[in-house]
Amino acid sequence: MELRVRALETQLTEKGYIDPAALDVLIDAYQTKIGPRNGARVVARAWCDPEYRRWLLRDATAAIASLGFSGRQGEHMVAVENTADVHNMVVCTLCSCYPWSVLGLPPTWYKSAPYRSRAVKDPRGVLKEFGVELPPAMQIRIWDSTAEVRYLVLPLRPPGTEHLSESQLAALVTRDSMIGTGLPKPPT
Amino acid sequence: MSYRSRADLGGQDVRGVIVMETEGDLFHAPWEPRVMALVVAMGPTGLSNIDMNRATRETLPNYRELSYYEIWLAALEKLALQNGVLSESPPEPKQVLHADSVMAAIKKGTSVSRPAARPARFSIGDRVHTAEHASQHHTRLPAYARGKLGVIEKIHGAHVFPDTNAHGMGEAPQWLYTVAFAEKELWGDAKPLQGSIISIDAFEPYLEPA
Repeated sequence: MELRVRALETQLTEKGYIDPAALDVLIDAYQTKIGPRNGARVVARAWCDPEYRRWLLRDATAAIASLGFSGRQGEHMVAVENTADVHNMVVCTLCSCYPWSVLGLPPTWYKSAPYRSRAVKDPRGVLKEFGVELPPAMQIRIWDSTAEVRYLVLPLRPPGTEHLSESQLAALVTRDSMIGTGLPKPPT
Repeated sequence: MSYRSRADLGGQDVRGVIVMETEGDLFHAPWEPRVMALVVAMGPTGLSNIDMNRATRETLPNYRELSYYEIWLAALEKLALQNGVLSESPPEPKQVLHADSVMAAIKKGTSVSRPAARPARFSIGDRVHTAEHASQHHTRLPAYARGKLGVIEKIHGAHVFPDTNAHGMGEAPQWLYTVAFAEKELWGDAKPLQGSIISIDAFEPYLEPA
């Protein structure tokens, strides 16, 4: 594989399509700058600021951009809020559509056949594999992102976190809780 | 010629478990980040678009045997050949992504919103039937949601239409809706009840009034 990739990169570079230095910057961006900590900041802000929360639920693209997170694979954002009655979960059954601007690159399982096939049909079974068991009365709302709209789950703020600062709250927000396959961490 | 997507997995019986990953665990071989970056960097050249990329990936005969970045690589190689990139007279790139413009390009993204040619046919709360027949081209209507009764839940404006854009037939913008389905409508009574509602984002041509 290594050789195949290098061969293609060399050819595309020689033909003038690719600047290898740009590839380095891209990789660094998704390894160090654009990842689920971005989304965690959005969630923590929404937990602390009711006005921001309303804006996020009304126009997620703009509300998220106001924190500096915008662009590629986040051009058309929708935030969906977990409540006492509804738990949201996101999947892309057709490929691997994922909100890169707030969560970075998708984990392998999100792109895998087992998750993509089962999330729509057996969400409780999938959640169980993630260690999440929801009350039977709670509705599970599955968002199959089949177009260019990207979904961010706004999880419920854990109880007992009233005293925490926004950045302390952000540390409780896991990547999976923003996909809907997990819940935020409880405060320590 | 028949078109067959091997990527349309929703509701299918697939063996295998979901393998958890910690947050920073992005790549599993040194070549994977390179492939990710190559695919992203080829975007500005304008040689193909996201829908062509998806169509190329989902029709790879061995799609189900490959890992995700292997799929991306195989499709990139195939498109490079198809587009004459490796030929004696390769097409001019529209733009080349350079290191100093990467962050700006990421931040800007590529919006698929377009002005609508006509008013939306459906309103929130309308009941709709999804198209019944399997498509003979790239489409974003999953098989499990074909021929089903749903309700319009959100209207997203007019977006580039993948069904035409994937085949070089233009953007032909169409209204895009979130359509929600009861689990019973999709899966019948066979499964233990999940207490779930499932939605897809569907383009107007996929929908008829119910």
